[in-house]
Amino acid sequence: MKLYELTIKEAHELLKRKEISSQELTRAVLERIHAVDDKVKAYITVADERAMEDARIADKAISEGNISRLTGIPLAIKDLMTTEGLRTTCASKILENFVPPYNATVIGKLKKEHAVIAGKTNMDEFAMGSSTENSGIQITHNPWDLSRIPGGSSGGSAAAVAADMCIASLGSDTGGSIRQPAAHCGIVGLKPTYGRVSRFGLVAYASSLDQIGPMTKDVTDCAMLMNAVAGYDPKDSTSVPKEVPDYTACLKHEGLKGMTIGIPKEYSTAGLDADVSAAVKNAVRKIESLGAECIEISLPHTEYVVAAYYVIAPCEASSNLARYDGVKYGFRDKEKGDLMQMYRSTRSKGFGAEVKRRIIIGTYCLSAGYYDAYYGKASQVRTLIMEDFKNAFEHCDAIASPVTPAPAFRIGENTDDPLTMYLSDIFTLSANMAGIPGISVPCGFSGDGLPIGLQIMGKHFNEEILLTVAYNFEQETDFHKRKPML
Amino acid sequence: MKITKNEVIHVADLSRLDLDEESIDKFAGQIANILEYVEKLGHADTEGVAPTSHAIFLSNAFREDGEISHLDRDTAIANAPEKEDGSFVVPRVI
Repeated sequence: MKLYELTIKEAHELLKRKEISSQELTRAVLERIHAVDDKVKAYITVADERAMEDARIADKAISEGNISRLTGIPLAIKDLMTTEGLRTTCASKILENFVPPYNATVIGKLKKEHAVIAGKTNMDEFAMGSSTENSGIQITHNPWDLSRIPGGSSGGSAAAVAADMCIASLGSDTGGSIRQPAAHCGIVGLKPTYGRVSRFGLVAYASSLDQIGPMTKDVTDCAMLMNAVAGYDPKDSTSVPKEVPDYTACLKHEGLKGMTIGIPKEYSTAGLDADVSAAVKNAVRKIESLGAECIEISLPHTEYVVAAYYVIAPCEASSNLARYDGVKYGFRDKEKGDLMQMYRSTRSKGFGAEVKRRIIIGTYCLSAGYYDAYYGKASQVRTLIMEDFKNAFEHCDAIASPVTPAPAFRIGENTDDPLTMYLSDIFTLSANMAGIPGISVPCGFSGDGLPIGLQIMGKHFNEEILLTVAYNFEQETDFHKRKPML
Repeated sequence: MKITKNEVIHVADLSRLDLDEESIDKFAGQIANILEYVEKLGHADTEGVAPTSHAIFLSNAFREDGEISHLDRDTAIANAPEKEDGSFVVPRVI
């Protein structure tokens, strides 16, 4: 086995037994990036020298007997978490040369464990999109079929994990941006409960929905990475002061007896792709054969989820993105003019089309006379969506569903039709609206050989049940072990 | 409520965005489609339903009032496109 193909757990064991060094592992990952990323374009910035320096520090720590689970492990970071001294672009022209003076809390946690940062990965600009085609820097290709999208917005992270250009990655999820690309690239992605992982240093898109989470080669790694990043942070007033369990304690192959899994009847929509539908049905049967009882449940307000999300998220975005004004950091258009002209030309040249579209929608929905009809109404519908889940979880412990209505589409297929693109987020948006955790695990392949994901959602702060179901399912299947040919 | 070209121009103005003629036409059509879709929210019965702006119940986040270190001034403004004597420089305002 090649070193870059290792999981966190496998690499950790080898590092612990001193059979490999972090420098060897990191060099292998960097060489892999330089060998295949010309085709995939997952990385915006490859941190060659810094990564090797991180690896030297990790090796020193290991030689002193100081090793934790992520020590010396090369990770890829979605390019919207601030990394001190390492460019952080949000895949936007407006931040193209932004070098943060501080680390996001999650990065600080990784550094404390002496993890290695291999580089920063591509995404839809400011995380707005479902295909990574809205990146202002480059288009990322799905490692399983280079003519297709990797999903988004954490498409670079997902592609990097799938193509073994890192051992694992961190992404962020505002409406499915971890789970959907994880499904399209055949990897595991977890969106934790809102408030479980600190957002300090995560560049804000929609603050009430954004959450950082792991993107990994298997469920074990997902639990290991969660252990490292979860927890209360006084620097994020929305993070929750609640004890963090040892997520690896869920990794027991003991079956799912006594567990009830809900299948939302509203999710079997007519638009569901036949291969996705079949793979998810098979997965549900597998979960049943592991001892769980699967029952039909109802989430009656599902039909309003896309509409409510695409009001609330742009409203929050229009406010969050007001800070990009060419004064404090980032790009400034230096053509002559007064302050107002500078603001306008900086923002007009710095932002891409989708970002502008969402700023305009958000500003419109928040403007006088429209606020109640749009933002107010959507916020009430959000309450109804949350109540749907509360009611459903009275009858079941977790909910299983598809992640996406179809496998990855072709690059360019939906770029001129934002609404169609939005509608494909139907199965993932609810978890963000309700603040609940959701995981995507590989559950099959389409006739064209494209990966398909199974989503499991749970109650607030019940990541453990997601990991338990996902781990038991994974032990019975080999979808996560298949690799794309590159 | 159908968004007009003039409304797109007005809202872009509020958002400090300049749009060329082509973008205005394109956005007006796309945004009208999106808003038309969003109209379906009107069918949801929200009579007496409280709005949610935050999915997790949290009371105020307080901390002890103590001294903590912050970025020094030069580091904090290091990314500014234009700076002078530890300050941000902007085009003439008055």
